[in-house]
Amino acid sequence: MPDQSTAVQAAQTATPLLHTYIPVLVLAILAVGLAAVMTILSWVLGPKKPTPQKLATYESGVVPIGSARERFPVKFYLIAMLFIIFDIETVFLYPWAVNYRHSGGLMIFNLVEMAVFVAILFVGYIYVWRKGAFEWD
Amino acid sequence: MDAIFGSEIWKQLFVYSVTDPAHHIEVWAHVVRSLLRIGIGLGFILTIVPGLIWLERRLLSWMQGRLGPNRVGWQGLAQPIADGIKLFFKEDIIPTNVDRSLYILAPGVALAPVLMSVAVLPWNGSPDWGAVAPGLNIGILFLLAIASIEVYGVILAGWSSNNKYSLLGGLRASSQVISYELGMGLSIIAVLLMTGTLATQSIVGEQGIIGDPINIGNTAYTVYPHSLNSGFWHWHFLAFFPFGLVAAVVYLISMVAETNRARLALREADTEVEAGFHTEYSSMKFAMFFMGEYANMLIVSAIAITLFFGGWLAPWGALSQIPASAGAYLPAWLINTLNMAVIAPFWFGIKLFLLICFFIWLRATLPRLRYDMLMKFGWKGILPIGLVNVVLIALSMALQQSFGRLRGHLMAVAVGLGICFVLFVIKMATYRKRRLDTETTTISPIRREPAALPVPARRTREV
Repeated sequence: MPDQSTAVQAAQTATPLLHTYIPVLVLAILAVGLAAVMTILSWVLGPKKPTPQKLATYESGVVPIGSARERFPVKFYLIAMLFIIFDIETVFLYPWAVNYRHSGGLMIFNLVEMAVFVAILFVGYIYVWRKGAFEWD
Repeated sequence: MDAIFGSEIWKQLFVYSVTDPAHHIEVWAHVVRSLLRIGIGLGFILTIVPGLIWLERRLLSWMQGRLGPNRVGWQGLAQPIADGIKLFFKEDIIPTNVDRSLYILAPGVALAPVLMSVAVLPWNGSPDWGAVAPGLNIGILFLLAIASIEVYGVILAGWSSNNKYSLLGGLRASSQVISYELGMGLSIIAVLLMTGTLATQSIVGEQGIIGDPINIGNTAYTVYPHSLNSGFWHWHFLAFFPFGLVAAVVYLISMVAETNRARLALREADTEVEAGFHTEYSSMKFAMFFMGEYANMLIVSAIAITLFFGGWLAPWGALSQIPASAGAYLPAWLINTLNMAVIAPFWFGIKLFLLICFFIWLRATLPRLRYDMLMKFGWKGILPIGLVNVVLIALSMALQQSFGRLRGHLMAVAVGLGICFVLFVIKMATYRKRRLDTETTTISPIRREPAALPVPARRTREV
């Protein structure tokens, strides 16, 4: 890659690839450890005087009615499905976007390739729009 | 003295550079170095979070004509710390009908990814000390992957609490976050198109190049020290004008939604869902959600700075390092250290402060959106704008290659304006049609109800 910045490029050639992940590993251990320590500490340090009223589900101070395991609007499910479709599309765009600048003479070709992909996606998008999937009624 | 500075251990830790193939850095040295860098990065985030909470409360109070917390410590600065200590010693209530394991797990799942995303945020250009994981070449991708885990914490908390408010708050929060993640991803793609790299330090380095911001192709520049002739006009929010600006605005809006801050703070709409997904949480578990939210605010702001606002670079290139003439009376290592450890983080911090103030200002000024409006805006506004913007930047790059820099870019801008015009015409046509409809339709008079409803005869007590 001709126009990768030189310092970073040098760092990448000099260090084995796995060594660049050592900080990530250390950080992951620390972050998870910190979260665990905080959860445990709050359990250990606080007083414990449970009463049935205190341990009841909070429903604005009145006696809770029924359980929360009820039906909820199917819209949320629809949004999740649409998210997966469009998120996968975004994931496909990432490698294209990173390499696009370095594509040299093939730039127009790469553009058309991606334009076809985005156009197909847009057809689906408009269909979903016309079907009213983005309306919250 | 020499026993320390000359020793192999010292050299392994502080002298050898990862860019230098002659000296191999041992794994233990990598581990100690990353611990030190984590100390800088995570330490900064964790110490700044209480300050941020204080700043938000004071600034909000100031905007609303109140005083805010001003008792504990100087100007109330120790208030968040006192609150934190208090929260540690509060009773940790676990309600009886929660799903116990998930309920305990959820705050950790929400907090740990936020802390982990510190890894790739660069505070200076050094390949050894510039970020927690400076050599990580997947930078932004790592951030996106880690940030997506956070939503699990929210939805687990909402579901496991077995509370209607929590469930609704969790569902709202997760669907909001995933909707705006698309806009965020698309605006990041716009930056990736401009830079052609995922490494965060290179993305910042790109914004300090000599020449035109809409320059593409092979350019010779180094990450550090960056050009003295560069400045804010090279930052990505002005690159490919106006497409860079559109991407930056899309990112800023998505960022507010992603962190559930006021204006788009639907998961904490108190009048609708109480406290949302963390209604049932108390003590430090609640504080973990709270901390995670504020740390996340810092992190998304830092990403915005890295991507669009020049990272650690100064608004004028000359301000970003000690002038070369100082080399006459200062040793080179001192100049280098000052450049890296003081000046670069200073500019980064200034930008972070301004962006955070923008967040708080937004909260003080604007009311909350309604939930359906929020989702509609995300799916019908942010998503298509982001997608079209990405295509237009790619188009501009391709046209610039064929027709020269300025002409190519102007052609792409013309295409963008054309799209805007077509949309405008369509929108006006629908408006006109709707107006004509209302004008031509004779409004049928409302069916007359009986003037007075028969009043039920007052029930009198039978005698």
